[in-house]
Amino acid sequence: MKSIVCIKRVPDTEARIRVARDGAGIDPAGVKYVMNPYDEFALEEAIRLKEAAGEGSVTVLSVGSGETSEILRTALAMGADEAVLLSSTESTDGLGIARALADEIRGREFDLVLCGKQAVDDDDMAVPSMLGELLGLPCVTVVVALAIDGRRAVAHREIEGGHEVVEFDLPAVVGAQKGLNEPRYPSLKGIMAAKKKPLEVKEVRLAEPKLRIASLEEPPGRAEGEIIGEGTEAVPELVRRLRERALI
Amino acid sequence: MGRVLVYAETRHGELRAVAREAVTAGRDLAEELGGGVDAFLLGPPGTADRVAELGQYGAERVFVAEDPAFEAYAADAALRMCEDLLGRDAYSAVVFPASAQGKDLAPRAAARLDRGLATEVVALGADGDGPIATRPMYAGKAMARVSFAELPALISVRPNVFRPRERPAAGAVERVVVASEPARQRVTGIETGDRVALDVTEANIVVSGGRGMKDPENWSMLEDLVDALGDDATLGASRAVVDAGWRPHAEQVGQTGKVVSPSLYFAIGISGAIQHLAGMRTAKTIVAINRDAEAPIFSVADFGVVGDLFEVVPALAAEIRRVSAEV
Ligand SMILES: Cc1cc2nc3c(=O)[nH]c(=O)nc-3n(C[C@H](O)[C@H](O)[C@H](O)COP(=O)(O)OP(=O)(O)OC[C@H]3O[C@@H](n4cnc5c(N)ncnc54)[C@H](O)[C@@H]3O)c2cc1C
Ligand SMILES: Nc1ncnc2c1ncn2[C@@H]1O[C@H](COP(=O)(O)O)[C@@H](O)[C@H]1O
Repeated sequence: MKSIVCIKRVPDTEARIRVARDGAGIDPAGVKYVMNPYDEFALEEAIRLKEAAGEGSVTVLSVGSGETSEILRTALAMGADEAVLLSSTESTDGLGIARALADEIRGREFDLVLCGKQAVDDDDMAVPSMLGELLGLPCVTVVVALAIDGRRAVAHREIEGGHEVVEFDLPAVVGAQKGLNEPRYPSLKGIMAAKKKPLEVKEVRLAEPKLRIASLEEPPGRAEGEIIGEGTEAVPELVRRLRERALI
Repeated sequence: MGRVLVYAETRHGELRAVAREAVTAGRDLAEELGGGVDAFLLGPPGTADRVAELGQYGAERVFVAEDPAFEAYAADAALRMCEDLLGRDAYSAVVFPASAQGKDLAPRAAARLDRGLATEVVALGADGDGPIATRPMYAGKAMARVSFAELPALISVRPNVFRPRERPAAGAVERVVVASEPARQRVTGIETGDRVALDVTEANIVVSGGRGMKDPENWSMLEDLVDALGDDATLGASRAVVDAGWRPHAEQVGQTGKVVSPSLYFAIGISGAIQHLAGMRTAKTIVAINRDAEAPIFSVADFGVVGDLFEVVPALAAEIRRVSAEV
């Protein structure tokens, strides 16, 4: 099994997000960056598929600035074989990222491209579907279970109130959802081994964004809440307030 | 120009609630852009007879493709149909629901058409002849206003935000044929749990339980509250209880779960960690029940009750039943 895993460097979910003064992006000061949590499921699945097949490779790809090397090293420490950083400081949109990834992937041999279902910075949930389209491959998003038998694959895709069972052939693109597996932590041995694994940096030009961010603002805070009382004695008042707002 | 095309989602040939919402959002946008709205949908034979109601929400034309294979989501066919329709008329925007189907389909369309896509949009307006969309980023810790370099603009609208509003238009149903090619991926079945619960993203009222519930057995108490609140209510959960295996991941609300915008959200025995707030802070009204008066959840709750949930929740269900019986 040869897999390509697309990973993104994003602010930690704990991070307090402040909009930069120019209103064009966020202020990175004091923000800790990590591998996008959903990409860990994608990477874990690729490593497991290789282990189960007893042969193959796991290549990690990321479009980002120089600092992205850190998360690529983490991926190598988890068990990826090689990493490629498509390096650029230009900003683009999801489609621009998908194009840069597709251009790199086209020149490679692979059975499966794995992505996270969504990046927790832009919250787009777009790149995997776009990649499927740009590469002309089957694509299944929000995958919680994946079974591969030769060139045939069956995935369970999370939908409202249940799962869709989806059949497709390899090669294909899959977007990983939580529940697909339990990602491993890099072992000490893995961290040492990662230092010797190849990490290639390629400069790329990114397409002009088709979606432009006109402004970025912190959301209006919620009006200060009210504690209406303690224990069961507060219940009639709570119900009265909810009825007043025609909620029940 | 100024026309808007809307993907009206179906499952088993029935319109889903998000279809009415998307048509409502599309119609409001079309009005600002000075055009009308059309809807398109796919379903098994017989679907066309059941979808004229989209006219109630403002659809002038409803394009329907029927095929037994369209019983479930058919990504390739939906994409081709969208592309065909965009070739027939000049549309300024295509609106999808940000549902499981729409979030899969809209980016495919964006790549195929080489156009910008704004996902999970919560407000829509227009600037000149182009749409301007507002969408949360960083799990709602920032709100972006976005514009589109070229039209048509592709937009997916967050469920439960654009409430369906009636504004009758012709709703003329027109059958179209989608060229059949082998689908790249085929939905061969839909598996639902034993109890086909309303999804947290679509429910009008969400009752979420956290670690304060102590034991999965105690969820019968929350089920009873859901029952008292009626058909629009469903269960949600914090990650702590999902990770503990007490509740399924499909119920998780938060940054790595689902983002919900119900009219009413109950946080019961949930502390209000930043990742949980990311998933529910856009609820219209938030009620928190927690015995710790310092719990961060109270800072976002419209109405807080400090107390033992094992006493408050049953009393609340009883009081709701009592007042509901009065009317
Ligand atoms: C990368 C990442 C992603 C995450 N994503 C999510 C996410 O999507 N969703 C999410 O929810 N969390 C998420 N978390 C976890 C989050 O940080 C919290 O750990 C979690 O939300 C806590 O769940 P809780 O409120 O149920 O539990 P706790 O924090 O343990 O809170 C339990 C609460 O119950 C109250 N309580 C206890 N007993 C009673 C009683 N008898 N009566 C009344 N109140 C009582 C306590 O006072 C307390 O406030 C994420 C964390 C990380 C690191
Ligand atoms: N800059 C990037 N580099 C590599 N992969 C990315 C990048 N952006 C997004 N992806 C992949 O696409 C998935 C979905 O991202 P998004 O569409 O931005 O929500 C992520 O989980 C990654 O797997």
